Amino acid sequence: MSHFIDRRLNPKGKSLGNRQRFLKRARHQIKDAVNKSLRERSVKDLEKSGNITIPSKSTSEPRFRIDPASGKRGHVHPGNKDFAQGDRIKKPPSGKGKGGKDAADSGEGEDSFAFTLTRDEFLDIFFEDLELPNLVKTSLKEIKNYRMRRAGMTTVGSPTSLNIIRTMRNAHGRRLALGRPSTKEMNELKERLFALERIFQPNDQQIAQKKSIIAELDEMERRRRWAPYIDPLDVRYNAFQPEPVETTAAVMFCLMDVSGSMGEREKDLAKRFYMLLYLFLQRRYEKIDVVFIRHTHHAEEVDEETFFYSRQSGGTIVSTAIEEMQRIQAERYAADQWNIYVAQASDGYTQSGDAQRCVQLLTDELLPFIQYYAYIEILDEREMDVFSDPDAGAELWRAYRSINHSHFAQTRIARPQDIYPVFRELFAKNRKEAAA
Amino acid sequence: MSATAKFDTLLYTDSDWNFEKLQRSLDACEDIALNDLGLNIYRNQIEIITSEQMLDAYSSHGMPLMYKHWSFGKHFARDKMMYDKGYSGLAYEIVINSDPCIAYLMEENSMTMQTLVIAHACFGHNHFFKNNYLFRQWTDAESILTYLDFAKKYIAKCEDEFGHAEVEEILDAAHALMDQGVYRYNRPPKLSDSEQLEKIHARAEHERVTFNDIWRTLPLQEETKSEEEQRQTEVRNIKLPEENLLYFIEKASPYLMPWQRELVRIVRNMSQYFYPQKQTKVMNEGCATFTHHYILNELHRRGQISDGSIMEFMHSHSSVVFQPEFDDPRYSGINPYALGFAMMEDVVRICTDPKDEDRDWFPGVAGCGDWRNVLKDAWANFRDESFITQFLSPTVMRHFHMFALADDATKSYYNVDAIHDERGFRQIRDSLSKMYDLGAIEPNIQVVGADLAGDRTLSVQHTVYNGRKLDKKTKEDVVKHLDRLWGYKVKLEEVDA
Repeated sequence: MSHFIDRRLNPKGKSLGNRQRFLKRARHQIKDAVNKSLRERSVKDLEKSGNITIPSKSTSEPRFRIDPASGKRGHVHPGNKDFAQGDRIKKPPSGKGKGGKDAADSGEGEDSFAFTLTRDEFLDIFFEDLELPNLVKTSLKEIKNYRMRRAGMTTVGSPTSLNIIRTMRNAHGRRLALGRPSTKEMNELKERLFALERIFQPNDQQIAQKKSIIAELDEMERRRRWAPYIDPLDVRYNAFQPEPVETTAAVMFCLMDVSGSMGEREKDLAKRFYMLLYLFLQRRYEKIDVVFIRHTHHAEEVDEETFFYSRQSGGTIVSTAIEEMQRIQAERYAADQWNIYVAQASDGYTQSGDAQRCVQLLTDELLPFIQYYAYIEILDEREMDVFSDPDAGAELWRAYRSINHSHFAQTRIARPQDIYPVFRELFAKNRKEAAA
Repeated sequence: MSATAKFDTLLYTDSDWNFEKLQRSLDACEDIALNDLGLNIYRNQIEIITSEQMLDAYSSHGMPLMYKHWSFGKHFARDKMMYDKGYSGLAYEIVINSDPCIAYLMEENSMTMQTLVIAHACFGHNHFFKNNYLFRQWTDAESILTYLDFAKKYIAKCEDEFGHAEVEEILDAAHALMDQGVYRYNRPPKLSDSEQLEKIHARAEHERVTFNDIWRTLPLQEETKSEEEQRQTEVRNIKLPEENLLYFIEKASPYLMPWQRELVRIVRNMSQYFYPQKQTKVMNEGCATFTHHYILNELHRRGQISDGSIMEFMHSHSSVVFQPEFDDPRYSGINPYALGFAMMEDVVRICTDPKDEDRDWFPGVAGCGDWRNVLKDAWANFRDESFITQFLSPTVMRHFHMFALADDATKSYYNVDAIHDERGFRQIRDSLSKMYDLGAIEPNIQVVGADLAGDRTLSVQHTVYNGRKLDKKTKEDVVKHLDRLWGYKVKLEEVDA
């Protein structure tokens, strides 16, 4: 009357739908929490999953409750040691129940709800509503992407795409049409034949019967060979056709100043910004090229590892980086086929006169054909107040102020907590409309 | 006694489990449960699951099927984090009041733990579900799974049709009133679920046959004349005051569309289904714990499990029934397993080996010897509150060193009303039994009027006992939800009894 069922192989994630509903509901709070947690994470841990604590108000489930601090009631507790009837026990402060559960004990305040976000959820929330602006140039020239599209049935194909239902249906129809004798019919005949053969001395009628059955069986056998159970004619495969997909080719140039004037703190800020940018691109755009260029008084293209983790120093000539970028772009990324993006981070100090050269390079040569140029100035924390006026700033900043182009943006970062808002500002989805 | 245990009588010899061993254990437990204890159970359906599936089950009230709602996702997120960090372990089992009785066993359990869990869930809880009057009268074990299946599909369909936000709004509001969505005093209309279900099936079939895409959304949005008339009759039949707020809203709300009424009904039915469990925590767990304790010891006595297993069993059993004292940091109220088990063990003692005191307190059963029937009678006919009033013995009170406090919000101290001595036993017993009386611990909130002909104001009243008022903050939030379901003005008054 009892039985066991092994459910271990059942599909997992039954509560995934519930989780998505929960994340959706607490979206704003989670976003804030994710943003906050970004400040506390190191460059390396940026993209890991992690604990999130959100205010529980947004996800509270209120019920009618009796206020514990009202009226009269009695309770019974175990473990009396020296109380006697009529004793008075002073209530603990803050009105908490005697010896009851102390909410603060469990490591989180009463008003917050802590849980873990996976890496994917974390990044999704992180980069929600962000996109590369002005992504327009599409080209079919370099088609690498095909999408497979269903295209009915075919008679040739690989065994993996065999359509069993169609195949069996065809086979069944053909067998009916050709009158293929079934195994059941044959077995019945054979039974009858065996029964007859078991008769010790058969009479003529039985012998005749036997002969006719044998003949019938032979005929059936012949028909069966002639009309097989499954014929190559029956077989159908699901057909797929490749369909070219328009690709938008994009390249992001990351230009970072690693000169001596950039302190450890400034470099860390810049790296965090690029790390965020890199994660964003990886996550949102499947096929995108990222070129890392770092510069001191001369610029060089480096790989991701070197860009984020190596330490090198020297003087500063910003224009070298722009020239290097220009060179690589001319060599590899034709402007009519690629969407070109540039993000530049610097403390804004460069050799005197170089800033003018940068502006000239940008306005005359780059901005006409690139999609977006974002300049991020890394400030000293103390300078933030001094430079609250957008017109005041380091040399490069002041020089860039003269650029007036819808594809150009400049902004400043002084503290880790500035990074995310600035990032959002630069890549907000509706930026285009706002600018227009 | 174990020395006489022959090796070949053992059900299993190592701690790994497999289905063959499980079957042997189940058969052995069943023999003791049915033939020795004389339990009366539903068929068992035992499902082996992983820890992740256990977490899944946790988040949806342990039900194998559940509609989708963010609050379940929230509970899952919390439970998973607590589990991953090692703050809390998982239950060894979950058991569902259905026919067949579904019990979940975790794959991580050792063979002894599986045996314990089988004895606990498949016989202890199972017997309690099948026999206790609350479960028999107020829940419908045969149809709950069918109903859940219907509820899940229905809600999913509503989400498709009207959007997640719309459905969520109604469910949120109904969840907030869940505690007020049960019949406490009147028995709920029997089988309303399955009857309704048949109606819905018939309606769905009709829809299917007369399928016309243009009309597809209409049946849910508008009720037919006859449906409306029937509902209005039901509204007229409601005699105020009405304790079941969700029922009243479902029938009388001037604002809800038919599908929204159906959602309210689903939540109400869930609430009703879980209501007996809330009232029988001590008894239900006590019954299951007593049963597993008896069965495992009997298996050991019969030489079917080894000394090692019985030690392993004792270890987990004693942590299950561990009762921290009031000044212990681990204390969070009285452990229902501990209290239930201690009381039931004591019933056995009173029946077989009573003291003079027990003869005074329990003249009917002291020394009668037939503890099996006394317990079965208790399991069948009592809930926590009445069970404590009837069976809490001085021995148990002494054993727990119980003391009763009077808590008056206006005073800065608790008064020790009674301790575990001759003068105090009766008061402790009364006081403790009140702590398990849902009628006393949950606010008494009823619909007292609805001006359906006039401005449609809904009047709700909280009857205040002993000056115990509603918590202001949650009160406001819940009234907002109530507003949403009613659609017109809602008035909540607190009135002294």
